[in-house]
Amino acid sequence: MTDKQKARIRHNIAVTAAWIVALVMFFPIFWMVLTSFKTEQQAIAIPPLLVFEPTFENYATINAQTNISKFAMNSIVTSIGGTLLAMLIAIPAAYAMAFRPTRWTKDVLLWMLSTKMMPAVGVLMPIYLLCQWLGILDTRISLIVIFSLMNLPIIMMILFNYFRDIPVEILEASRMDGTTTFNEITQIVMPLAWGGIASTALLSIVLMWNEAFWSINLTSNNAGTLVALVAGYSNPQGLFWAKVSAVSTLACAPIVLLGWLTQKQLVQGLTFGAVK
Amino acid sequence: MNPTLARLLQAPAILLLVLWMIVPLGMTIYFSTIRYQLLNPERTGFVGWGNYVFFYTDRNFWPAIWNTLTLVGLTIAITVVLGLALALLVDRPFRGRGIVRVLLISPFFIMPTVNALIWKNMMMNPIYGLFAVIWSFFGLDPVDWLTRYPLYSIVIMVSWQWTPFAFLIFMTSLQSQDQEQKEAATLDGAGFWPQLWHLTLPHLARPMAIVILIQTIFHLSIFAEIYVTTSGGPGNRSTNLTFLIFQQALSSFNVGVAAAGGVIAIILANIVAIFLIRAIGKNLAV
Repeated sequence: MTDKQKARIRHNIAVTAAWIVALVMFFPIFWMVLTSFKTEQQAIAIPPLLVFEPTFENYATINAQTNISKFAMNSIVTSIGGTLLAMLIAIPAAYAMAFRPTRWTKDVLLWMLSTKMMPAVGVLMPIYLLCQWLGILDTRISLIVIFSLMNLPIIMMILFNYFRDIPVEILEASRMDGTTTFNEITQIVMPLAWGGIASTALLSIVLMWNEAFWSINLTSNNAGTLVALVAGYSNPQGLFWAKVSAVSTLACAPIVLLGWLTQKQLVQGLTFGAVK
Repeated sequence: MNPTLARLLQAPAILLLVLWMIVPLGMTIYFSTIRYQLLNPERTGFVGWGNYVFFYTDRNFWPAIWNTLTLVGLTIAITVVLGLALALLVDRPFRGRGIVRVLLISPFFIMPTVNALIWKNMMMNPIYGLFAVIWSFFGLDPVDWLTRYPLYSIVIMVSWQWTPFAFLIFMTSLQSQDQEQKEAATLDGAGFWPQLWHLTLPHLARPMAIVILIQTIFHLSIFAEIYVTTSGGPGNRSTNLTFLIFQQALSSFNVGVAAAGGVIAIILANIVAIFLIRAIGKNLAV
């Protein structure tokens, strides 16, 4: 056997292995989606059913029995609202840091990141009581504020990297023409950074959608998100696997799709810009 | 842009983050020194180290610390090794590579509560779960995972979610590896393992350090998976530090003791954070 043949066999083995592992890793998700189309009897059948007549009954039932649209709306409002608020604060700040760096800029950025490392449980009681005193416990506004503040450092970091990649020469040229700062931002920087800003926002939505600690601890019936709704199925009534699967599928599908689109920002964002 | 404007643009972000850090942190430290129980509001007063002593001498304290470290250590070992292996497998062009990547990273986007329920119900249930079915198929007695191995079950759930993260980081880093160097090594007759050891792993040293530090920060505060599946049990066998503090706070409503636990958790996280910030700072060009 020649070296070339050997290399080819090795390549094929690696590719096969990659496919097998990928399918195994994805299997629980596949199984969840599949179960959501079974009847409750089929869901716990032994041996497990791979082929069956799909039913949409579970989706109809949860729509009728639970208030899923309210929870879904809470998830949508808090993750998009939190993202908008965070972007509103972060874009000007990251812009100024990228184009007007001072000798403090690096330290400020690193300090911002360090706030992200405070464990949530360390400040559980203060935040809970603050929300109670302000009368915003179990409201969307409390989640929006918390989500945006806890993700602000990550968003700052990614935006800062995007803005820094814009060539300074373009800005200098426009300044020579006497452009105001406002026009500089709206007409030159924003169009160039638009793609970066949009994908940063998508990543932020993904992170906020899946945030569990504060959603579970600060909300109940009023502002509960889908994360909290699913957590509620952990008690014995959760034995209705097909219905739980239907709720879970609805709760995860949009965000998994978004997640696929934000891989690059995810790497940058979750490594705080250390891996690009 | 003049310097004043630059400062004004940064001010909201900095001020809000200062507030976000100082106010709750200050309150936690203050609460940790006073007697403060929501169910007994009339008992107040300064107790010094009392809450810390109470938290520290709780019989669940050392098990919780141990569980926390086991959880972090095992999960990181599994995710880094698996993530690295996967990144190496996929680091070659082949048909369907895009699909394989998408399949591999998907678990990372599943919300933690759903993750926990998938595994608790459909995989690990001792009667109807797929593991039980597979075990019976081979003539083995099905295992009641969450009762017999509660902590390891949590490790499996978290590893499933975070292997894609390690994989994604390593895969991204591998793309920036010097291909000519590898080709030269191949021409010199260096096989897979020597290349891995002398070229690839050194190239991945930094990303690996970052992955380990970041996962440590996140895994120190694992909460939803435990909350949904074992509630820290049976007994205290899957209670980590986060969950112990949560129990003190929102089950016992003992604010003072929960705050003392919170301070301990913050100190623990900061030990890791110092190293992480340093590693990130080295790579941050301003």
